[in-house]
Amino acid sequence: MTTVTDAGQTAVDADRTAVFDAAVAADERIEPRDWMPDAYRATLVRQIAQHAHSEIIGMQPEANWITRAPSLRRKAILIAKVQDEAGHGLYLYSAAETLGTSREELLDKLHAGRQKYSSIFNYPTLTWADVGAIGWLVDGAAITNQVPICRCSYGPYARAMVRICKEESFHQRQGFELLLTLSRGTEAQHAMAQDAVNRWWWPSLMMFGPPDDESSHSAQSMAWKIKRHSNDELRQRFVDIAVPQAEALGLTLPDPDLKWNEERGQHDFGAIDWTEFWDVLKGNGPCNEQRITQRRTAHEDGAWVRDAAAAHAAKHTERTTARSAQNEQEATA
Amino acid sequence: MTATVSGTTGAALVLGDDALVLSHRLAEWAGHAPVLEEEVALANIALDLLGQARVLLSMAGDEDELAYLREERAFRNLQLVEQPNGDFAHTIVRQLLFSTYQRFLYEALAGDRVFGPLAAKAVKEVAYHQDHAEQWTLRLGDGTDESQARMQRGLDALWRYTGEMFRPVDGLESVKWQELEARWSSSVTSVIERATLRVPEGPRTGAWAAGAGREGLHTEPFGRMLAEMQHLHRSHPGASW
Amino acid sequence: MSGDWPLWEVFVRSRRGLSHTHAGSLHAPDAELALRNARDLYTRRSEGVSIWVVPSTAITASSPDEKDPFFEPSADKPYRHPTFYEIPDGVKHL
Repeated sequence: MTTVTDAGQTAVDADRTAVFDAAVAADERIEPRDWMPDAYRATLVRQIAQHAHSEIIGMQPEANWITRAPSLRRKAILIAKVQDEAGHGLYLYSAAETLGTSREELLDKLHAGRQKYSSIFNYPTLTWADVGAIGWLVDGAAITNQVPICRCSYGPYARAMVRICKEESFHQRQGFELLLTLSRGTEAQHAMAQDAVNRWWWPSLMMFGPPDDESSHSAQSMAWKIKRHSNDELRQRFVDIAVPQAEALGLTLPDPDLKWNEERGQHDFGAIDWTEFWDVLKGNGPCNEQRITQRRTAHEDGAWVRDAAAAHAAKHTERTTARSAQNEQEATA
Repeated sequence: MTATVSGTTGAALVLGDDALVLSHRLAEWAGHAPVLEEEVALANIALDLLGQARVLLSMAGDEDELAYLREERAFRNLQLVEQPNGDFAHTIVRQLLFSTYQRFLYEALAGDRVFGPLAAKAVKEVAYHQDHAEQWTLRLGDGTDESQARMQRGLDALWRYTGEMFRPVDGLESVKWQELEARWSSSVTSVIERATLRVPEGPRTGAWAAGAGREGLHTEPFGRMLAEMQHLHRSHPGASW
Repeated sequence: MSGDWPLWEVFVRSRRGLSHTHAGSLHAPDAELALRNARDLYTRRSEGVSIWVVPSTAITASSPDEKDPFFEPSADKPYRHPTFYEIPDGVKHL
């Protein structure tokens, strides 16, 4: 339960806070026009925006391989997947708009580097196997993170996530299948798959965010039921799921400390290099500059298209109005 | 596959290569579209075309062998569809010119013994592509001065590739090519005029500009496109993906 | 700027016989493109057979503050529901 009480808060606000808190406690959904604490709204906007940005920046590393996809079947799958990511970005920007923040505003912040997206997309896709590793590991981690958000206290965000999770179920499977084909293929293909898993494993574990004792927003978000599980809990869940899957793939995970802990009933795993995490987050990853530049360029290059369509719509409305005014005049003449 | 293929196989390659190559070009937009809604729209069109290409190439042989192991001179697509995307106006003009053609062509093939079943399904997809191109042509043509200038530039640049579309194709005997051209011409002209644009005056046929894609003569950008598309597949001979 | 493209609410009829339900929203410069964008975005997995788009600004919504006067008065009228009435066992088709 949260207790956001300012000294200057009026009695009405205190009542409203109580109503809000009770709704959250009772696992009811908060809807757009309900009163909500400013900090709750701000936290949601920040999280939904970051999530939306991740979807659309996340298109880039995979789109990088569409034109080189090695079979027509894989090419169709990859186009559909990258398209889904654009769609998911749209669902999420819509959810953010219900909180009174326009997509344009959020995109401006992204382009100016004032809002973040998931750091995982600042790593490059060097080979075709990376497309598989992203599907299996990155989407796998994302799904682990996202499934609990389907029960998030904010209605529009929860509904967007239900839709996204439903659509994403094919993303992880196609990645797994792609890697399995490579792993069972030629020696060169197997090596390609192993190399990709080696490079994507650790960054995928970092996707769950900093350890619980260093996570600045976690406690409040859990209290508000925006978040349902801690970073470390979700990370552990992901590792436990991934280990047997790696075995099925015939690939190894690049962690010598990874082993089953009978006592805990979970896997132990090695220490994560948080220096790298913070470094990439700060903008020093291999692709930060490239990703944001491409995004900004696409947006700027598209400005004339958006302007033209808006201008056309304005002219059209004017003409329709003029025509009906004329019709009216003729009718009364 | 060589220049001597004819009949059904040749015609399947003609239709399949058009769809394959244009799908590839449209997919190059991924991550670069002017607005997110259009990312989704362009990908939908690319997927429809890729689906058609796979059915058609499979009628002529193994879809992947045909897509990835043929040399440039063995491709039968129109030069129009291999043209680089350019700006969004250029892409929309290419869409308008091609989807109008493809729609009427598939309509003409609806009763064809060999291609009828595919054409009947694909014509619905293509009707949507044509509508998408028309909607955008009207908005960009009659939008701002800049968008109008860009659209006109696109039209003027791509017009020379349109004559080739109406050269009779072996194996597509049920198509009346002159009638097809007349329908195309009247439809495209009407959209161009409603969009306050000008029908280009330049030739649609003649020497190289006539377009010889159907005979395996392509433009320079096509070789690069194929190099990118085929590189990975060719680097691992015999591998499965 | 897409900021100039208004927001539209999208309603999709998932199959014949069902009513349109709210699917989400999107941006478009005008109604025709809104409809097409909605088709591409909200029915790409065959989720619909009919679509409505409405400018978001055209929707008038009840206010959550008026929730009580709006919706509570209907809560104490159980006689509107069939379960309110007791019918002897064995009486059929009622």
